[in-house]
Amino acid sequence: MQPFLRSALCILAPWAGMLAAAEAAESAGTAAFTLSALPYAQEALEPYISARTMGFHYTKHHQAYVDNLNKLVAGTPWANGSTLEQVVRESAGKADQGPVFNNAAQSWNHGFFWKSMKPGGGGQPEGRLLEAINKSFGGVEKFKEAFLTAAVAQFGSGWVWLVQEGDSLNIVKTSNADTPLVHGQNALLTCDVWEHAYYLDYQNRRKDFVKAFLDHLVNWEFAASQLK
Amino acid sequence: MIGNDKTQVSESVHVLAPLPYAENAMEPVISARTIGFHYGKHHKGYVENLNKLAAGTEFAGMTLEKIVAATAGNPDKAAIFNNASQAWNHTFYWHSLSPKGGGEPPAALKQKIEAAFGTVDACKKELATAATTQFGSGWAWLALDGDKIKVVKTPNADSPLTKNLKPILTVDVWEHAYYLDYQNRRADYVAAVLDKLINWNFAAGNLRG
Ligand SMILES: [Fe+2]
Ligand SMILES: [Fe+2]
Repeated sequence: MQPFLRSALCILAPWAGMLAAAEAAESAGTAAFTLSALPYAQEALEPYISARTMGFHYTKHHQAYVDNLNKLVAGTPWANGSTLEQVVRESAGKADQGPVFNNAAQSWNHGFFWKSMKPGGGGQPEGRLLEAINKSFGGVEKFKEAFLTAAVAQFGSGWVWLVQEGDSLNIVKTSNADTPLVHGQNALLTCDVWEHAYYLDYQNRRKDFVKAFLDHLVNWEFAASQLK
Repeated sequence: MIGNDKTQVSESVHVLAPLPYAENAMEPVISARTIGFHYGKHHKGYVENLNKLAAGTEFAGMTLEKIVAATAGNPDKAAIFNNASQAWNHTFYWHSLSPKGGGEPPAALKQKIEAAFGTVDACKKELATAATTQFGSGWAWLALDGDKIKVVKTPNADSPLTKNLKPILTVDVWEHAYYLDYQNRRADYVAAVLDKLINWNFAAGNLRG
């Protein structure tokens, strides 16, 4: 497409520029970012998360964030070998890069969320992670209570996280696409508390979803592997 | 503790406003199941939380509008603002829908819409764009800014009331408003609401007074 034509379209409709950029990316055959693989089958977390929920969540929501990100970064330096983490960090807090940040951070957050769970998860953390949880929260059950409270208290869409800050572990909640990655915290675990994560299975009962996450899905080995 | 019960009853508490139609009246655009959870759990939950939070405070006995105005933008009062504003927003949303909605706005409203947007379709298009681009949970609105109608979107519990604008119509775009029926397809929910349910008569009534 000729440059003058593209700018003419931008004047006619704000989305035309985005479409043109997307076409350019597609015709070059190189989407900068790809949807990270789901580490298990879509039905693997049943009955706690239905295959139907996973289907929409992974192939529609997560996929859309990745697709939107590719459209937004096409033709920018971010399309030339930047990692997803770099895009998240470099777009954070920049008023004119809100959509890039939202889609990059949501792409990253969802990839991290899938890894935070596993079929047959739950149970007890071990070793250094168990020690750190005992030290910071006074026990695994106390940690779970605090995580649940934070998850329920996150008003609107967002995430609840177990993070490492220096020597201690903390629970933080973030709103919408926000992520510990841009707050100097090392993420160990996350639970998505956007309503799309649980509405088909739990409707308004967010607490029951997060309880099932903690008791039956949480992947402690993954959390331990993230410790610094 | 009869005395205590009496005190509580005489204290003015917020009640869940009645749904202005049956829960299945919005079908097939919005299922009875969705309205059941939305009204009977979410809206009711906001009202109940508000009553708990306001009890025994300076906010007990205040109208929703007064609580919203008094707590907006105050991080220490976020919980009471969120619940009061969501209680207000949802009642306004139920009235923004009608089983006989859609179609053409009444003449006076249509004139105002055309003055601001050119055509009713252009207004609907701008409202739909606001509704689909509100990232995360929130609301899309038509509101009066002085004498002029404009489209506004607000995150989470926020509303035009906190911006000195007069709301005349709203669409809830929290995922709970459409996820059982439309899942990720928010645009389809918004389009169907604007075409088939939107209550132009309610909006026209809000131009006055
Ligand atoms: Fe999600
Ligand atoms: Fe709602």
